[in-house]
Amino acid sequence: MNNYSILLLSTILVPLVIAIILLGFGKLPKSVTQFLATLGFCFPALGALILWVNFVPTDASGYDYLMTLPTGLEALGITLKLGLNGISVPLFFLAGIVGLAAGIYAMQSGAERLQQYLMLILFMQAGLMGVFASVDIFFFYFFHELALIPTFICIGVWGGRDRHSAAMEMTIYLTLGAMLSLLGLLAIYFQSGAESFDIISLKAAVLASPIDGGAQTIIFGLLLFGFGILVSLFPFHSWAPRGYASAPTSVAMLHAGVLKKFGLYGFIQVALPLVPLGANHWSMVLAWLALGSVLIIGLITIAQRDLKEMVGFSSVMHMGYCFLGIACMSVLGSAGVIITMVAHGLTVALLFLLGHVVYKRTETYDMHDMGGLVKHAPALAALFSAAVFASIGLPGPGLLNFFGEFTVFTALWEFSRPITAIAVLGVIISAVYGLRAIGRIFFGSPSEVFEKHLKENSIKDISTAEKIPTLLLLITLVVIGLFPRMMTDNMNTSLEDNFLSINSELKQLAIEEPAKSALELAQSIEPSAK
Amino acid sequence: MTGDYIDTNTWSAILPEIILVVLALSLLLIDMFGGEKGKDLVGKVAVVGQLVLLGLGLTVLSDNLGILNQETFSGMLYHSEFGQVMRLFFLTSSILTSFLGSIFLRKHGLPGTEFYAILLLVTSAIMLLAQSNHFVMLFVALETVTIGFYVLVSYNRDRSNSLEAGLKYLIMGGFSTAILLMGIVLIYGIASTPGLAGMSGEALKFSDLQLFLGLNSDNLIVKTGVLMVFAGIAFKIGSVPFQIWIPDVYQGAPTPVTAALAVTSKAGGFAILIVLVTGPFKPMAQLLVPVLSVMAIATILFGNIAALTQRNVKRLIGLSGVSHAGYLLMGIVAMFTIPAAQNAVVFYLITYLLASYAVFGVMAHLSSKGKDDIQQLSDYQDLLEERPFLSGVLVLGLGSLAGIPPLAGFIGKLLLFYAAFQAGLYSLLGVAIVGVVISIYYYFGWIKEATFRFWKLPVLDGEEAEALRDWPEVSNLAKLTLGGLALLTLLLGFYQGPLSSLIGG
Repeated sequence: MNNYSILLLSTILVPLVIAIILLGFGKLPKSVTQFLATLGFCFPALGALILWVNFVPTDASGYDYLMTLPTGLEALGITLKLGLNGISVPLFFLAGIVGLAAGIYAMQSGAERLQQYLMLILFMQAGLMGVFASVDIFFFYFFHELALIPTFICIGVWGGRDRHSAAMEMTIYLTLGAMLSLLGLLAIYFQSGAESFDIISLKAAVLASPIDGGAQTIIFGLLLFGFGILVSLFPFHSWAPRGYASAPTSVAMLHAGVLKKFGLYGFIQVALPLVPLGANHWSMVLAWLALGSVLIIGLITIAQRDLKEMVGFSSVMHMGYCFLGIACMSVLGSAGVIITMVAHGLTVALLFLLGHVVYKRTETYDMHDMGGLVKHAPALAALFSAAVFASIGLPGPGLLNFFGEFTVFTALWEFSRPITAIAVLGVIISAVYGLRAIGRIFFGSPSEVFEKHLKENSIKDISTAEKIPTLLLLITLVVIGLFPRMMTDNMNTSLEDNFLSINSELKQLAIEEPAKSALELAQSIEPSAK
Repeated sequence: MTGDYIDTNTWSAILPEIILVVLALSLLLIDMFGGEKGKDLVGKVAVVGQLVLLGLGLTVLSDNLGILNQETFSGMLYHSEFGQVMRLFFLTSSILTSFLGSIFLRKHGLPGTEFYAILLLVTSAIMLLAQSNHFVMLFVALETVTIGFYVLVSYNRDRSNSLEAGLKYLIMGGFSTAILLMGIVLIYGIASTPGLAGMSGEALKFSDLQLFLGLNSDNLIVKTGVLMVFAGIAFKIGSVPFQIWIPDVYQGAPTPVTAALAVTSKAGGFAILIVLVTGPFKPMAQLLVPVLSVMAIATILFGNIAALTQRNVKRLIGLSGVSHAGYLLMGIVAMFTIPAAQNAVVFYLITYLLASYAVFGVMAHLSSKGKDDIQQLSDYQDLLEERPFLSGVLVLGLGSLAGIPPLAGFIGKLLLFYAAFQAGLYSLLGVAIVGVVISIYYYFGWIKEATFRFWKLPVLDGEEAEALRDWPEVSNLAKLTLGGLALLTLLLGFYQGPLSSLIGG
């Protein structure tokens, strides 16, 4: 444990403690609230940056900044073990940056009862930092769930249309997903025979004696549906677009941008290395469901008139690429997933933010009731277009998105060529809805409704206050896009380490079934692949 | 024989119970001779007296009084560590009930003395129940508790619902007592049969019965007797098929009594289940594991599904309490294979106590005069606006009951799941998961009413709207108590250090 470990712990504790202060100390003056909230949002972002810059894994585990704190559950093998490895460092940073942008936007949102709103978002922020800093898989789960109640209340109190039923649907769905994943995680612990819940000793235990193949199939099945629901895998996605559409902007940014990455991160960090045979067994099912996410949801996205719901559906669609990358079960595929996660997290947060900036000017999310906004808000149009280009993966603003998707497709080619061929169509689909959105909002002549609105209100361009979080996200996206190696080098080491055990187990399977390679075996189990 | 009795009568071993009884009697004296002033004093004396006892109890526990793991009163009582923990549990629960009573009785203009006196007697009896080592002790203690509750449930005599609840509780309680007694008699009868092997010593003493039941676990009368004893206890914990009284009685009883029914009475049932399952009924696993598993599954599903449609908060919390009994039964089933599951059950009970009293504390504040039994979910609207403190306590309490991290209830559920996993109860686990997901609907539905904004028709006559709500200002003492409960619920979710001895083992 060194000073950096303490910094790692503080990135979780500072927002948490500030949230508890805002919760417990009654009504504070507005300036105090603002100051505390600023501190609570800036500290994790800065901390995450420092921790990324200084990241040097020293020991064999591939983790840096390791620290262990007892919480009273030692008898169950649970300790608060924190640390970062090559996979979690970029995501940890993502959580910090998106949290900061969402926080800044929440502070200027002018929401009623701002103190309570910021308190709940800070609780979420603490959880987000904790998810990616946890080495112990119990706390990995625990921190994710920290956001459940705040999300529910935020949507219900500060949300928009349909907020009551959307909040309820989202919470029930997420609890179902969380409970299934909890069962899966507990099962991994009990089946592996490890002494402790932390991922390092679990990996060691699995490397020494892999979990029985049948049990792996069940465990990965639980995780597939548990994590799948949490990441809104088709056909368990229906909570996501509705929930995001009714959530206040900052919550949608945090949830779609960062929190939803929990499940994907769980697949890469926990499920693949610990239960590779199960993953192998399910990979075809996963691939086809992911394809459904890309194509079916993609087509649904095109049909959306509501800007916010369109962004929500597009985020479900992009998660499909990530699932495809996971189904590949290769270093390349997983790397593509992580890059896509970071890129998508920044992009979708940007889109939700700019979508709300547009809404403040048009007072509607219905894209049919807009048009010609570019004359009144040229800077906004430029920024929004940049965000949409990034989402499509056009090089430039979307360099990182492009790298991510490209890597996933390359890995997918090795896995299954027909699936790759179909999945690539998704790029065209996202271009269609993205460009149509830009066209409907900013160009052409204003619709009748909007014409009337324009006459009654004077519309200003994007303000400086709104630019700060926007540029924060956009610049981060472009800078990482230009220098992706600062992310991928460390990632590669960690992933190759993970895949040592994965490949050895798969090889074992291939030896046991000499007639079939592992891949063919999976295909014969899953007839739909033919 | 008589010498025997005198030798083992260690009165100091039951000093806390004796103090409670003395306190109860002195409350009556204060009321009788103290006049109006005395009547006001009673509640304070009751709470302070119990707090002092709790403080003493904690210090005495650390010294163990030299009676730990010993039998006293000729084997009537057995002082295990578990029994000591449960004593503190019931005392805490009683203090919190008295606290709710102090808010509630004043608001509804009900007399206090009898309430506190009966409550204290019930508490002393239930503390003895957790330490009983003999079926006679068990029965007498359990009946003292039940009779106390008959009076407490119908305490609000002006309300027909309260009287109805009292009558229902009396009939159902009498019925279950009869079943329990019949079970005890069957066991006694069969154990005294000279033709059967294994009985030495007293036929009703737990430690002597274990061997006999182990050798004769296939005997039909033994099986019937054991099942009937369980049926009697199932009434107390409110498990299917003996849960039918719960919604009506919970609704009619005054809120503090509902809280005591939900926590004290339920925990009492589980305390005696643990004593029986670790002791005399341990060898009956072959019979009890399938029966209890089916009961647990039915209880979890019934409680959660029935609670879905409730709009009355007291019926809702009663039915949700049924589902909690189901989760706890899962822990009891696990105890047959994994003895450490007992710790999970105790920890769960503690988290359940903290969360329940937080919620009941809010309910006691919001119950309108004369309308205690018809408190609806919709009455909670605008709570966040009007009483942000209470809504915060409510959210933490309900979140913990629903088992959402980072609240203590989640750790409680985790420990139970953990035990069930180790015991290999996969189907039960599956049902429990389904139950948790269903419960989100009504727990979060309640949070929704209390926190979300609702569009309402504007009320033209402003004064009339005011009159509907007589929400009192929250006193500092109430803030301290409820805030403390909520904070403990939150902290216990993050850090379980102080209770780690309960978790380990």
